[in-house]
Amino acid sequence: MLTHLLSGDRPRSLILTVLLLAILAGLAFAPFLFPGVRSLETAARICIFIVLVASYDLLLGYSGIVSFAHTMFFGLGAYGVALASTHMGRGYDALIVGTVLGAIAAALLALLIGLFSLRVRAIFFAMITLAVASAVAVLVSQLSGLTGGEDGLNYSIPRELTPAFRLGKLFDISITGKILNYYLVFFASLALFLLLLRIVNSPFGRVLKAIRENDFRAEAIGYRVVLYRTLATCLSAAVAALAGSLFAIWLRYVGPATTLSFEIMLDILLMVVIGGMGTMYGAVIGATLFVLAQNYLQNLMGVAASATEGLPLIPQLLDPDRWLLWLGVLFILSVYFFPTGIVGRLRSED
Amino acid sequence: MATAPGHAPKYAQLSLIDSIGKKMPLLLVPILVVLGFLLIGSTSSWLTLTVSGLAMGMMIFIMASGLTLVFGLMDVINFGHGAFISVGAYVGISALLALDGWTGAPSLILNVAAVLAAVIAAMCATGALGWGFERVIVRPVYGAHLKQILVTVGGLIVIEQLIQVIWGPDEIYLTRPEMLKGAVTFAGAAIEKYRLLAVVFGLALFVAMRLVLKRTKIGLIVRAGVQNGEMVEALGYRLGLVFIGVFVAGSALAGLGGVMWGLYQEVITAGMGEEMMILVFIVVIIGGLGSVEGAFIGALLVGLLQNYVAFLEPKLALISNIALMTAILMWRPQGMMPVVKAK
Repeated sequence: MLTHLLSGDRPRSLILTVLLLAILAGLAFAPFLFPGVRSLETAARICIFIVLVASYDLLLGYSGIVSFAHTMFFGLGAYGVALASTHMGRGYDALIVGTVLGAIAAALLALLIGLFSLRVRAIFFAMITLAVASAVAVLVSQLSGLTGGEDGLNYSIPRELTPAFRLGKLFDISITGKILNYYLVFFASLALFLLLLRIVNSPFGRVLKAIRENDFRAEAIGYRVVLYRTLATCLSAAVAALAGSLFAIWLRYVGPATTLSFEIMLDILLMVVIGGMGTMYGAVIGATLFVLAQNYLQNLMGVAASATEGLPLIPQLLDPDRWLLWLGVLFILSVYFFPTGIVGRLRSED
Repeated sequence: MATAPGHAPKYAQLSLIDSIGKKMPLLLVPILVVLGFLLIGSTSSWLTLTVSGLAMGMMIFIMASGLTLVFGLMDVINFGHGAFISVGAYVGISALLALDGWTGAPSLILNVAAVLAAVIAAMCATGALGWGFERVIVRPVYGAHLKQILVTVGGLIVIEQLIQVIWGPDEIYLTRPEMLKGAVTFAGAAIEKYRLLAVVFGLALFVAMRLVLKRTKIGLIVRAGVQNGEMVEALGYRLGLVFIGVFVAGSALAGLGGVMWGLYQEVITAGMGEEMMILVFIVVIIGGLGSVEGAFIGALLVGLLQNYVAFLEPKLALISNIALMTAILMWRPQGMMPVVKAK
């Protein structure tokens, strides 16, 4: 049963199993284990990023395609929900319509980009997605009439999903709409993750891996490489858009900085590489570690910067605004010395 | 030995349409200029826009030329190229600001000397940086595209952040040297002096680069290396060494482009390289990977189109480059003049 649910792709390492179970339990009972607004915020972010990173891994780890437009698809889903909620008014129908339209738009756009670039050579894809994603980001911040520009959009979602809705108490924790919202995010993320696990362990996923290893040989065996690559791109874009919709439902706000910025793209890349490319569990480990570090280490950097004040250069290097510098260094080092990521390391030890 | 039956080779010339089709990329720039003239209508605004488009195109070409050669020679795709643009701009502009006695003086010689000093400083800095970058970042990942992209993106971030550590996170405003300010009036159109200078300079650089590539031995090796590296190595040339030279030269050119772009915009930010990078990639893709001529034509197209569209329909200017890239890739999926065979 469990093996079936995991599509036969078991963690294959004791430490990894324990870690994954701990993360699952921590996320499943987050509102009760770690009460407080901030920790719930962190838990929801972890859930959403697990899906986002896993969908990116379908592209990077399983198909060997580098895309820089993943935040664009994420943003499409988020803006889909935001725009639908703004124009259709508060309601579940708006959420559903926004989510579905966002996912379809993302898949179509991915198909278009894929048709243009993947049919020539995979490396075009990286450059073209970078160009298209930046154009879309600029477009979103310029078309302020539609998208709210840099300020983004605030909108209301059904009352049952907001903190104002109260249901009673359980284990001394008052069950508000925010907690219901969290469980919506949690179960949707879990379902999407299991779906992705199903996809990569299907015959389709196996062909993707074959193409990643040797596309020429895969073509020679008779698989249409371009078709498979394009399909993987579309699937990954659609799942990213769904994650974006969840993010929009959770935050009740979308803006270019939270959904479309290049910085988030880097975060995703780093999570995939640290967790381990080419395994879905890597996304879980990478996203959890990274979001936790982002939320708590940045404060630590601020403390360290003020502690070293007076020394030359060191405070500037430790300034929390230089967070990206250390990410970049970590990123390069992990690509060189740690190419299989944490999951790959754990699996090879057993 | 008897010839095969029915074997009668004919040496027919290409039909007119085919030969035009082959030369088409070369005709695109004049066509775009004429189209711009017809759509804009007023001669003076057309002239102003054309010069600024050409100036922008020249600067983009300077930045893109190194990248396309590096890719062609060693199949290395360097996403960190944008960092050299930023570093070049910062070093060059710092030098200019330090020489403000020279730049403020209304003397052409002192002004040009200051700009030259800034350019040399920037090119030396980015050339050295390029050498280090190649050694530390790129060398370990030869032949692995996926890792190359990831690692060079990492390098781009680190360098951009280090710029912010050294020069501070705020943008730096500057004014051009005294003699490069202002505009000349020609046929009723006001043309900024600096743009004219950029066009002349870019053109000179393109001609020089072509001469080096077509007339010298090292150019021959580089071109041969782009087309078939293994063969060149088999003939006894150390392509690795040539590659490092091209990488350093390309980085230095990116630095030069950064200084010129900084002087053009009169403001520099740490993120400018990343922004330019997107235009540079578009140019390299539509030009065809590995082709210097293609990059030149592509850069001019991008610069001109952006300026015309911004004048005619400002809202569309944002997507004009993407539209251009889409159109060209529909027409020639490999780019206009691909040199490197698709792998």
